[in-house]
Amino acid sequence: RLKNIVLGWNDLLCSKPMMVRDALNQAMDEELERDERVFLLGEEVAQYDGAYKVSRGLWKKYGDKRIIDTPITEMGFAGIAVGAAMAGLRPICEFMTFNFSMQAIDQIINSAAKTYYMSAGFQAVPIVFRGPNGASAGVAAQHSQCFAAWYAHCPGLKVVSPWNAEDAKGLLKSAIRDDNPVVFLENELMYGVPFEMSEESQSKDFTIPIGKAKVERQGTHVSLVSHSRYVSHCLDAAVVLAKEGIECEVINLRTIRPLDVECIETSVMKTNHLVTVEGGWPQFGVGAEICARIMEGPAFNYLDAPATRVTGVDIPMPYAKILEDNSLPQIKDIIFSVKKTLNV
Amino acid sequence: ISTLLMIIKNLIVAAAVVSARTYADFTTEATFEIKKCDIHKLDEAPATQVVMTREEGLQYYRTMQTIRRMELKADQLYKQKIIRGFCHLYDGQEACAVGIEAGINLTDHLITAYRAHGYTYTRGGTVKEIMAELTGRRGGIAKGKGGSMHMYTKHFYGGNGIVGAQVPLGAGVALACKYLGNNELCVSLYGDGAANQGQIFETYNMAALWKLPAIFICENNRYGMGTSVERAAASTDYYKRGDFIPGLRVDGMDVLCVREATKFAADHCRSGKGPMLMELQTYRYHGHSMSDPGVSYRTREEIQEVRGKSDPISMLKDRMLSNNMASIEELKEIDVAVRKEIEDAAQFATTDPEPPLEELCNHIFYNNPALEVRGTNPWTKLKSVS
Repeated sequence: RLKNIVLGWNDLLCSKPMMVRDALNQAMDEELERDERVFLLGEEVAQYDGAYKVSRGLWKKYGDKRIIDTPITEMGFAGIAVGAAMAGLRPICEFMTFNFSMQAIDQIINSAAKTYYMSAGFQAVPIVFRGPNGASAGVAAQHSQCFAAWYAHCPGLKVVSPWNAEDAKGLLKSAIRDDNPVVFLENELMYGVPFEMSEESQSKDFTIPIGKAKVERQGTHVSLVSHSRYVSHCLDAAVVLAKEGIECEVINLRTIRPLDVECIETSVMKTNHLVTVEGGWPQFGVGAEICARIMEGPAFNYLDAPATRVTGVDIPMPYAKILEDNSLPQIKDIIFSVKKTLNV
Repeated sequence: ISTLLMIIKNLIVAAAVVSARTYADFTTEATFEIKKCDIHKLDEAPATQVVMTREEGLQYYRTMQTIRRMELKADQLYKQKIIRGFCHLYDGQEACAVGIEAGINLTDHLITAYRAHGYTYTRGGTVKEIMAELTGRRGGIAKGKGGSMHMYTKHFYGGNGIVGAQVPLGAGVALACKYLGNNELCVSLYGDGAANQGQIFETYNMAALWKLPAIFICENNRYGMGTSVERAAASTDYYKRGDFIPGLRVDGMDVLCVREATKFAADHCRSGKGPMLMELQTYRYHGHSMSDPGVSYRTREEIQEVRGKSDPISMLKDRMLSNNMASIEELKEIDVAVRKEIEDAAQFATTDPEPPLEELCNHIFYNNPALEVRGTNPWTKLKSVS
């Protein structure tokens, strides 16, 4: 009886676990309902219910006008989406994966990101570019690239990288409501992962602010800073390290640009050690930027060791499972790097 | 003496009556025969017998002359190094901008590439703010932050530097028009050089598929930078390149031809039939930009011939004079007024101060709290407001 009471309270406080794809679906559904100017376009988003089923049910509910299947012409439809945003609509432009966004990258950077500045504040571009980013499983070199660093390099863009279902919902709603171009980097391997959703995330007005990181786990010995799928890896590594008496503080960046440097600095000033973890390539990447920013700020003087970056291996993604597994950060790599940084 | 005064008074009255009668003598409107357009996938063509009123004629004349003189002044300022960077001039092509605007409404939308000063004007920008943008001053239409290729105004989306990128953007604006059900349309312009871009064909496909109210207009001035159309395109029938999209090939040097074709295309779009394509055969007197003398890939004779036989302003002037729609003096007065407007604008453009450094980082994001922007070194933290 006691167990049932506890479980009952648990149900009240948290909802049933929700998968990331359903959280994204709910976010889009709520925003489509809230604002008539919001619409979704991309390949297979309508009648196929989404290549990864993220837009399941939306076409049935909202119809052809608001959920638009496009031909396989990224440069064209991304440009069309940007033009629609310039003329007063609020498009969500889906790339089946961000690898294909390279075909459209001129429209994202030159037509979307830079326009508000070039027009000195005359022409806003309220658009969201979303889709899966980074490695999947066995899809090889042309379908596995992480674009976080590429897009985060450019002024005029906001770049968001959610980790769990709550991140996905809250950040996507914020991105859609934002009046600026937002690149929303999802992760295919996270789509099917369920997470508990808090009470407040049930609200149709639940948003998570863009530009603020979250401390997922408090710690005292080292700051583990990560985004997207690798936050899970960091938390798993933290559990293992805790058994050896090493308490990791795990920071979920949530947003890549603008980077929440303050959150990282506060943490580093407490733990004196920094390890960044990402799936992307090391050179000129997210970790590289974090290290540079820490060097330039007050937290540098608190470092007891140089900052460490854990990244994907600096190669195109191979196919064979053993090769692919060894091309990306594993939990053991994070543990190894933490210990090296702490000199234990 | 009183008789003498009487005579003088009568003479003055008579003169007044004569001049009043001269103005009332002008033809208020006339019908003109214009060149027939070549058509593609169409059963009808735009009218070849068109009416132009005296008022319309004077307005077209003044607008084209303003664009002409504004561009020539820009040439001057560029050579004095007061304008820097890229500067792509429109002189010769005035009939296109003016004719198109005459065929649509200000509530419609328009987007073009970088040869945009003329369109910025026809869409509502003032000569003053256009010139001040070219000279990079705070009074510029983009506060000095855009320059020649990035001028915007209401329902005018630039001014775009990347060849061809403006075409999908324009189709997107058209999609918004259809979505919002406002009976507006979007004109998307591109050149003969851009006409071979893949993204344009992607756009033709989607615009036709979704029946977007889009008019695609190719301003064929025979040269994509230094490359003639024959050397760039396997098919130079640009009005047919939309394949399944109906097309018109139009004399782009005749403002009335352009106007009629635009009206025809606009009616087509507004009736929900989907996009249309227009090729305007036109010519630029200047090179591709101010860095291109424009005579290495074409002869001076060719330029002179077009100027002599097909200049859009001269053609309109001749039409109006030979149909007694205006007098030479009247047109001269307009010329003088235009010259003054340009001079005043140039004066402003050369004396207005440059944008304040405090505003360097502004306008990154719209409707956003102020943010900090890194300067050139870690100690320089700059402020950015929306």
